[in-house]
Amino acid sequence: MVRLITHNLLSCHAKGCTTNNFPLQFKDAEIEHREADFNPEFIRGLLPKIEWKALVDTAKELGDTSLPYEQPEMMDDELLKTLHHVLLEMHVEEGQMICPNCNHVYPISNGIPNMLLAEHEIA
Amino acid sequence: MIPTPNLSHLTAKDFERVYEPAEDTFLLLDALENDAEDLKSSRPLICLEIGSGSGCVSAFIGTILGPSSALYLCTDINTHACQCTVATGRQNKVCLESVGTYLDRSLHTRLKHRVDLLIFNPPYVPTDSVEAESAQSSPAIASAWAGGINGMELTNTFLKLAPELLAPQGRFYLVAVKENNIPRILAAMLNEHDLAGKVVLQRRAGREHLHILRFEKQGSQVQT
Repeated sequence: MVRLITHNLLSCHAKGCTTNNFPLQFKDAEIEHREADFNPEFIRGLLPKIEWKALVDTAKELGDTSLPYEQPEMMDDELLKTLHHVLLEMHVEEGQMICPNCNHVYPISNGIPNMLLAEHEIA
Repeated sequence: MIPTPNLSHLTAKDFERVYEPAEDTFLLLDALENDAEDLKSSRPLICLEIGSGSGCVSAFIGTILGPSSALYLCTDINTHACQCTVATGRQNKVCLESVGTYLDRSLHTRLKHRVDLLIFNPPYVPTDSVEAESAQSSPAIASAWAGGINGMELTNTFLKLAPELLAPQGRFYLVAVKENNIPRILAAMLNEHDLAGKVVLQRRAGREHLHILRFEKQGSQVQT
């Protein structure tokens, strides 16, 4: 499944596409919410590995505006819970991810993102 | 004893298209189980398995570390394998994040120096090059085993990528057979990439002499 944590780690890898290739933009996304166990320590650990702006923008695209635009310096429990929900409980099951630079379309089917490229598209 | 993941949801039909866990898989599970306490205390946050197939190995790691303690990323070139990986995660109550891709493509850039636990059970069986290449370009079951010359064609490609993925304290487990020339793999990783590796487990299974190699960045070795 494509959760936003995974989406935050994916970039376009088509031939010649090396700048402005992140984050991929969702299109026709069908979202399911599934509860996951909250582990504040895990979320804190993930924070330095996350591109905050990409996460906030993407969540907004998907209709979730619960995260502040600027990354707060202090993370209280409530914010960690919000992050937990956005990163780990929203599953994109169907739809597409489109590269903002080269417009390559990566389909998502049954929750699996297909990032495979055809021979001529490989860098 | 850490239980072997439950794969009862997968059928003979699935295993026509996806590699069914065999001696190599179980040896890898045994090596991970031997290191379980160490793995837990190193608190990995991002795990990445390349070529996850049935999802058995990542589900096992999820059981060791706990479902909410880490992100379990899995890639496979075979999209049916991706589906099986997700299903195996669900069956074993671990969320496995499956991505259909070749090795670490589309993830490499963002995962540089961020992977705490890296796993690769590659297609290691020596075949001719053409067979290995055609296996990788049409993701059929042969992509799970056809390894080309010395069984090393895909492994060699990935061994160049792996060092860049590993976090400073990260660990990398690789499955290999004798024909892969293990001393040469260990020497190359040390000399070219500063990754210290050793054989942590080996076993003969029929014609295969299986080895589990574990790599760590120089200077960050944990005591075992």
